[in-house]
Amino acid sequence: MRLGLVVNPVAGLGGRVGLKGSDGEAVQARALAMGARPRASERAALALTELRSRLPGDAPPILTAGGPMGADAVRAAGLRPEIVYKPRRPTTPADTVAAAKTLAPLVDLLVFAGGDGTARDLLDAVGSSVPVLGVPTGVKMHSAVFGVSPRLAAEAVAVMAARRARLIDAEVMDLDEEAVREGRVTARLHGHLRVPDVPVRIQQRKTGSSAPDPAAINGIAAEVASRLPGPDLLVLGPGGTTRAIASALGADVPVMGVNALRAGTAVATDLPADRLTELVRSGPSWIAVTPIGGQGFLLGRGNQQISPEVLRAAGPDRLLIVATEAKLAELGGRPLLVDTGDDGLDRELAGHRPVITGRGRSTMYPIH
Amino acid sequence: MTGVREPFVHPYIPNAVPAIKQAMLAEVGAADIEEFYADVPESIRLHRPLDLPAPMRSEAALARHVGGLLRRNVSTRDTLSFLGAGVYQHHVPAVVDEVVNRSEFLTAYAGEPYEDHGRFQALWEYQSLMGELLEMDVVTVPVYDGYQAAGTGLRMAGRITGARRLLITTAIDPGKLSKIQDYVAPVHDVIVLPVSPDTGLADLDAVRTELAAGDVAAVYAEAPSALGIIDPALPSLSRLAHEAGALYVVGCNPMSLGVVAPPAAYGADIACGDVQPLGLHMSFGGLNAGFIATRDEERFVAEFPSRLFGVVPTEVEGEYGFGDVAYERTSFALREEGKEWVGTAAALNGITAGVYLAVMGPQGMREIGETIMANTRYAMERLAALPGIEVPYAAAAHFADFAVRFTGAASTQEINDALLERGIFGGAALSETDALYCVTEVHSKDDIDHLAATLKELVK
Amino acid sequence: MRTAPVSVSPADARIAAKPPLRRFHQASWDEPLLFELSSPGERGVLVPGPQVPLDDSLPAGLRRQDPPGLPELSQLHVLRHYLRLSQENLGVDLNIDVGQGTCTMKYSPKINDQFVRDPGVAELHPLQDERTVQGVLEIIYRLERMLAEISGMDRVSLQPGAGSAAIYTNVAMIRAYFAACGELEQRDEVITTIFSHPSNAACAKTAGFKVITLYPDADGYPDLEALKAAVGPRTAALLITNPEDTGIFNPRIEEFVRVVHEAGGLACYDQANANGILGITRARDAGFDLCHFNLHKTFSTPHACGGPAAGACGVSEALAPYLPRPTVEFDGGSYWLNDDRPASVGKIRPFYGVIPNLVRAYAWIMSLGAEGLREVAEIAVLNNNYLMKKVLEIRGVSAPYAEGRRRIEQVRYSWAELAEDTGVHSEDIGVRAADFGTHYWTSHHPFVVPEPMTLEPTESYSRADLDEYAAILAEVAREAYEDAEVVRTAPHNSTVHRVRPDTLDSPETWAVTWRAYRRKILGE
Repeated sequence: MRLGLVVNPVAGLGGRVGLKGSDGEAVQARALAMGARPRASERAALALTELRSRLPGDAPPILTAGGPMGADAVRAAGLRPEIVYKPRRPTTPADTVAAAKTLAPLVDLLVFAGGDGTARDLLDAVGSSVPVLGVPTGVKMHSAVFGVSPRLAAEAVAVMAARRARLIDAEVMDLDEEAVREGRVTARLHGHLRVPDVPVRIQQRKTGSSAPDPAAINGIAAEVASRLPGPDLLVLGPGGTTRAIASALGADVPVMGVNALRAGTAVATDLPADRLTELVRSGPSWIAVTPIGGQGFLLGRGNQQISPEVLRAAGPDRLLIVATEAKLAELGGRPLLVDTGDDGLDRELAGHRPVITGRGRSTMYPIH
Repeated sequence: MTGVREPFVHPYIPNAVPAIKQAMLAEVGAADIEEFYADVPESIRLHRPLDLPAPMRSEAALARHVGGLLRRNVSTRDTLSFLGAGVYQHHVPAVVDEVVNRSEFLTAYAGEPYEDHGRFQALWEYQSLMGELLEMDVVTVPVYDGYQAAGTGLRMAGRITGARRLLITTAIDPGKLSKIQDYVAPVHDVIVLPVSPDTGLADLDAVRTELAAGDVAAVYAEAPSALGIIDPALPSLSRLAHEAGALYVVGCNPMSLGVVAPPAAYGADIACGDVQPLGLHMSFGGLNAGFIATRDEERFVAEFPSRLFGVVPTEVEGEYGFGDVAYERTSFALREEGKEWVGTAAALNGITAGVYLAVMGPQGMREIGETIMANTRYAMERLAALPGIEVPYAAAAHFADFAVRFTGAASTQEINDALLERGIFGGAALSETDALYCVTEVHSKDDIDHLAATLKELVK
Repeated sequence: MRTAPVSVSPADARIAAKPPLRRFHQASWDEPLLFELSSPGERGVLVPGPQVPLDDSLPAGLRRQDPPGLPELSQLHVLRHYLRLSQENLGVDLNIDVGQGTCTMKYSPKINDQFVRDPGVAELHPLQDERTVQGVLEIIYRLERMLAEISGMDRVSLQPGAGSAAIYTNVAMIRAYFAACGELEQRDEVITTIFSHPSNAACAKTAGFKVITLYPDADGYPDLEALKAAVGPRTAALLITNPEDTGIFNPRIEEFVRVVHEAGGLACYDQANANGILGITRARDAGFDLCHFNLHKTFSTPHACGGPAAGACGVSEALAPYLPRPTVEFDGGSYWLNDDRPASVGKIRPFYGVIPNLVRAYAWIMSLGAEGLREVAEIAVLNNNYLMKKVLEIRGVSAPYAEGRRRIEQVRYSWAELAEDTGVHSEDIGVRAADFGTHYWTSHHPFVVPEPMTLEPTESYSRADLDEYAAILAEVAREAYEDAEVVRTAPHNSTVHRVRPDTLDSPETWAVTWRAYRRKILGE
């Protein structure tokens, strides 16, 4: 397997010294002045060291960009870099994009070290043309494209090298850091990257659980379908689970955006908020949403098209929350989050609400 | 009094030694074990000792107490028994007992296929041995018992076909029927088609009528039936079921499969039953294990509630390993997911059946089947020849069980009471006039002659 | 006369102290599959030949055509094969089996195994005249009364074959209860928690109910607010384990019951985790209407590779009419089986229950008595908290929830920190533990606690056992940090080596039987 590496050398700079994010030369300069050390390269080197211990035989050369954008980390791990891109000094986001574009056609897996911003850059650069995996180094991971830690990221790479990983779509969230520092928080679902998913080798089940069905998508889709009177409109927010529901109902919908189905057929796709509000007001409608990104946001991050107007037009009883039990387990007990921009609506939605997890199965889950 | 000197430490509780207990409390930083129960509210604390019988602390006293209770039972070791009807008396080879009484097997549970490799291999071999007997490639780990196997087998057929009705076409034990009806109630209707009162055989016209009405998930038959009959219509039922788009589910007695064709041979899609006859002591009806078997097709495999074990290579060449068959189920339309449940069931009983089949081999299974059928036929003929006794369904082939009708004045109960006085357990009562008698390979010709002679006296 | 060689001294005879961790290697026979040992013509046992003519009444189409493909082995070879396999297991009798949390792997007294082999149990037919089986009926009856006292319930059934079967029986009785009062159509929901045993959800679903699962609050206790949001006129029952699989006792359990009762539902107590609370608190006293026990957990019957087991259902008088039939009754003189119970849910299994295990459980309770049961609970809890202290000293492990509070009889730990640091997963650690002669179980799915490990010492193990177990975990954790490879590629001292499981995932390559293996893999 041909492996590529691109490191965003300034990723993670802001966090330790209390700045939110690391975009922009001014912020980086401030961070370095405050004593921040670039951690991305170190974390990338750690992941590569782990990878080296897992791969049989001689490690292959790793295609990468020069200096702090990858070659340093490769050497630090005792591996051989093959430099295919020479960045400017100091580096800029444009270098990340250019390096990724150069590497993409040359590798089977492109590993990157960085945060949400870097993930966004990767998406812009390569889309879904090549599988990607993130080594976490950034401040806060909203995107779902990262391994849990550098060593576990290396495990995913090794599993893929052994051809035992399947590829899944993982959400890339675009958090506006300038807005955050000013006290406003907005995020968009920027798109999806293809990442390797390490298969769960289910340990021999000893007693008392039904035969496992980790996806349970068919069951969720069946349950959603059973709750809808035939001609009612079903609005599906973005997210893997809702997309799979559309699929199970027989409709072909695009990856991004909010889509509407009626009787199993797509009637409108990628709807903006105003058009969606019209549609929902025109007849009885149900809205199905699922948490997207790594932080458990149900509303307000990546699906702002489902605006407060849309939610009020449909009515609180018509909001269907869907998620697999595996997805809920990943939250580790943290609540699902809503941030519609309308405080009153947020308060109404908060509390324990049912989450559909399968046919005839639901969960009372806390929403904050 | 318990007869044991106070104070004492119970042999099952090593850390009850006061010094150890104190040291452990000290190490944990607790003054008293009470601290550990801080979360249990006062309002639900029990403030008195449990009201239980005084314990037998010494092992000798316990043995004497329990032994005394057991001696108030009269077993089939000391009494000639003609009881069958779902639990069968067969000789258990000593090797079988030797293996399954090993505490290494008895006390193992759910380790990985490394440190519990032996258990995995023994269970996989049980699956394989049953597979040969049944001529089917997929056999589950044991479920609780034959009733459960029938219930689950029928629900599997329901999930596969999506249809609602289940037809019971051969005579069925009322207890098993009750279990099936309860178990399938949320999703199926059970239609029992009574057998012909003259022959005890399936009523094919009734079967055709019900199939024509549609929405049938499965046709269910048993070989032998609850009357001990091997119905000649078993292959026809397969054809009728399949023509109507239903599956054919057959419950069978595995002990018969050395001589009787396995259900797969005459078209069954799902075979089920109970392995008790294969090396399990009767134990007052307490040792059962159910089996379910199908062809190796995804649509069947997908519906098993229990996991299946497969054999795989390990990192070392030539070494066998085992693991769970696990796969992403392909989509089969919007079918309800959740295949019942998986729990501790009857694994060791399955291993027992495996050892039995290993020790019997193909010859042994054929010979025992021949002996049992020969004895059954002989018993039927001897009893039918007696005045006051009929064997109503004698024309059909039987295995082990057969129905007997008393046409004289005495009721079944009275006859059984009289037999008991003479040291014989008579057949299980089916009604005031009918009983189900059973003979196996443990009965000698003399035993059967003795039964005939005794009954002759009683029905005079 | 013998003279000792001049050059030896007592020091030469001295055997050094053993190293802190034993140099274990499991039995490993490299034993072929049974079928590969077959030798045509060999016989394992001979059966009685017919002394009467053969029967030919089987129609031709129903006669077996070809002999079954069973292997042919002589008697010794069958015995030897299976005895070798028996050595290749780590059960309670051989290892410090505190790692199989929620299973309550306690000592199964051998004297009780002797009882079940007695012909007075083994050779009884269930349909024998009741006069001939008074002894076993008395045992069943007395065990029912003892479990009624232990749970506080009014009536008990010992018919279910195991814990999940008992849960199913309870759900069937709940269903029958509401059907009888005409509310079944309205009440179609059952509530349970994510840390209760998954069979609560699965059995309820099988019985036709919809299932609502509650997640814990931040402290790891079942969430009362979530329960209040979930109950309503559609609620049939709450099915809850307490303490849960985390080992945490829900202090507001009475309120949970009250909330459900106020909504018109029933409360059903899964007492799989009863071992730490015997004689301390009872189901009835918390207001429960039904409960169940696992006799192979709390009451010492052996786990037998995965059954046979036995389950006990306890119910209040209001639910007694629905108990499985027959019930065992006593008329002051003799014991009898009562099948005349029109409202009964019917038969859960053939006949009356897993009799051998009922005899074992009875004998176990009779050996201990009330004081003994109390001691069982207290020492189980002490052992668990002692082990927890030692385990939490290990780098990389934590015990999520209920920070700083005691647990009851088990703990669900998390190796998340170690996994993030080293890339080694909980499953890997469990497998490496086999190289030291033990193992553990992670958790039911889904893994709400990440990288889980669930340990339950019970009362059967000594302090030295617990120390050894903790030392094994500490050693493997150290290896994860310092030499992860040896952990990831384990086991090295077990019966077999790492399996290659990929072929289990595909219909073309999985082989559940020898005949499937020959057909698909060997191409025969």
